[in-house]
Amino acid sequence: MFTSSRRFTSAVAMVGLVSLGLAACGGTTKESVSSQAPAAPEQSSATANPNAPLKEGLKIAFLPKQINNPYETIVDKAGIEAAAEYKGTAKEVGPSDASASSQVSYINTLIQQQQDAILIAANDANAVCGPLKQAMTKGIKVVSYDSDASKDCRNLFINQASSEEVGRSEVKMLADMIDHKGEIAVLSATANATNQNTWIEFMKDELTKPEYKDMKLVKVAYGDDDDQKSFQETQGLLQAYPDLKGIIAPTTVGIAAAARYVSGSKYKGKIVVTGLGTPNQMREFVKNGTVEKFALWNPKDLGYLASYAAASLASGQITGAEGEKFKAGKLGEFTIGKDGEVILGPPFTFDAQNIDDFDY
Amino acid sequence: MTAVTAGRSTRGIVDLVFRARELSIVAALAVLVAVTAGTNGNFLSAQGLKDIFLNASILALLAVGQSFVIITRNIDLSVGSVVGLVAFTVGDVLAADHGLGVGVAIVLGIVIGGVCGLVNGLLVSFGRVPALVVTLGTLYIIQGLDHAIAHGRQINAVDLPESVLSLGNGSVLGIPYLPLIAVIVMLAVGYYLRSYASGRDFYAIGSSPEAAGLAGVPVRRRVMAAYLLSGGLAGLAGVLWLARFGTVVADDAHGWELQVVSAVVVGGVAITGGVGTVYGAALGALLLTTITSALVVLKVNPFWQQAITGALLLLAISVDRLLALRVARILRRRNARHGS
Repeated sequence: MFTSSRRFTSAVAMVGLVSLGLAACGGTTKESVSSQAPAAPEQSSATANPNAPLKEGLKIAFLPKQINNPYETIVDKAGIEAAAEYKGTAKEVGPSDASASSQVSYINTLIQQQQDAILIAANDANAVCGPLKQAMTKGIKVVSYDSDASKDCRNLFINQASSEEVGRSEVKMLADMIDHKGEIAVLSATANATNQNTWIEFMKDELTKPEYKDMKLVKVAYGDDDDQKSFQETQGLLQAYPDLKGIIAPTTVGIAAAARYVSGSKYKGKIVVTGLGTPNQMREFVKNGTVEKFALWNPKDLGYLASYAAASLASGQITGAEGEKFKAGKLGEFTIGKDGEVILGPPFTFDAQNIDDFDY
Repeated sequence: MTAVTAGRSTRGIVDLVFRARELSIVAALAVLVAVTAGTNGNFLSAQGLKDIFLNASILALLAVGQSFVIITRNIDLSVGSVVGLVAFTVGDVLAADHGLGVGVAIVLGIVIGGVCGLVNGLLVSFGRVPALVVTLGTLYIIQGLDHAIAHGRQINAVDLPESVLSLGNGSVLGIPYLPLIAVIVMLAVGYYLRSYASGRDFYAIGSSPEAAGLAGVPVRRRVMAAYLLSGGLAGLAGVLWLARFGTVVADDAHGWELQVVSAVVVGGVAITGGVGTVYGAALGALLLTTITSALVVLKVNPFWQQAITGALLLLAISVDRLLALRVARILRRRNARHGS
């Protein structure tokens, strides 16, 4: 049920996105978004054979931002499982610190191992560029996911959700819960986190629509993805704005901290907390009534899609040019958008009814 | 006879000067709270007060352990990693067996922390390796161990028994558990350091390790004990961390060691050893966390927060230096007057 509705909605999202011409930026920096204009994918010179079967025995490797990150572990595990479906072998390698320089040495090793495809969640869009280009000249397909590398050093970018969709849907979700009235605040990660800042820009834009005229964004606070800091920022918001009706925390650390604080304070039931979180971390707070609903894409689907995209590239089904289509197993067909972006779909909303269907 | 009274009153003055050091933190805290509450009354509401003390408890507990070590002219940089390791492993054990209660969690946490402290203590006191290097090494080792155990997993609030979660935000007679635990530990350690002969040994070691050794103080054993206590308290803090935040990943409390050292130094414990009290250290922790909260309520740009912490550190060190000079002058003048 979950996947089929997803398939439909993701197609809708895709059409909307292409027509808007507003390919959102995921993990890249703002500068690279504005410089996306002259998009002439060099790969389009190669020919794609959409009817080519997926090759068996493909070797692919996932290179996450850092191993030990629970979120990336889920993504990569799903991708490795997907590889078993098309009879390939996949593995996850990566540094224990989220730095670009340590990713570079892993890329070099993977090139020497002659992998068929490298999937990377880039720690820095530009710093990993050199070695990735080198991989591409040796015929290795490069797919970025979660956080993009510069667009000329990868074949495809698998975007977890369009940034626009994430930002706007967060506002809609909160507005429904507070009857479109009252003061609201945002509890973000760090002040220069690219993902969050892009989402917040779209939230602000959504709030300018007439249906939100009675809602006011009073403050964007930064919890630095640190538990204690996020606690204190939440306390501060509630003290400084006594009329606050809702908090949007578009970061998994922030939403868990805000929910945990509110659940143990006098504000429980008086303030709406929502944002982006994983079902496992939020289950307690949905069950005890602190949080009614929140959203996230399915990280398993992200890994699954990235894995299939890499296999399709390595089998010659697609080259990464705009408009090409490929099948991603149980998720159905996807179309490559502008600048080699493939969007997984709109974020999925979790609430008390459906939360127990998910375990991640 | 005169020499004795002179000695006593000199000690009285020196005591007073250092008590003034702690009073100055209380005064700073009072000004901060008054200004913030003046701008926004909610800061001193029942919930606001509860939050202030809850926020400071874990840092205060770590500061008490750390000041013990710093007083002996050593340092323990591994405390942040110990908190992370304990929070995760204890959370993991509790998630596997919901029948275990708060008591088991706390004992387990203190034991794990104590083992880490023991390793630090052995290397520093018997291995004679500089504390900075040893604890920097164990910081990374313990962090690596934590990463290996966690392996990308996350402990969620729903995995934990209700009793542990209520330790984090529950209270007895209106006083939340966390600050209560921190205050009891602080008073016990403070009383021991001040009133027991073995407690005074720690100050003697910090003032001059060689002299203390010559005077018959068991230097190695005391340094060992300081690390054991710091590790054990970090373990306790790890359990409280788990109870308070509910969601735990491998790199929790990453970088907290520097916050702890800052709190201790702001609290008037000299980084060169031999001077300071655990009360001061705990007050330092309370001051630092309250500044962060106050700046949020005062709507000050968050970019300023770290700069203000840094400025406070420099101020604290300058005040300490001035105090040390003044005490030295008083002592010299007294000695000259009494012709000793």
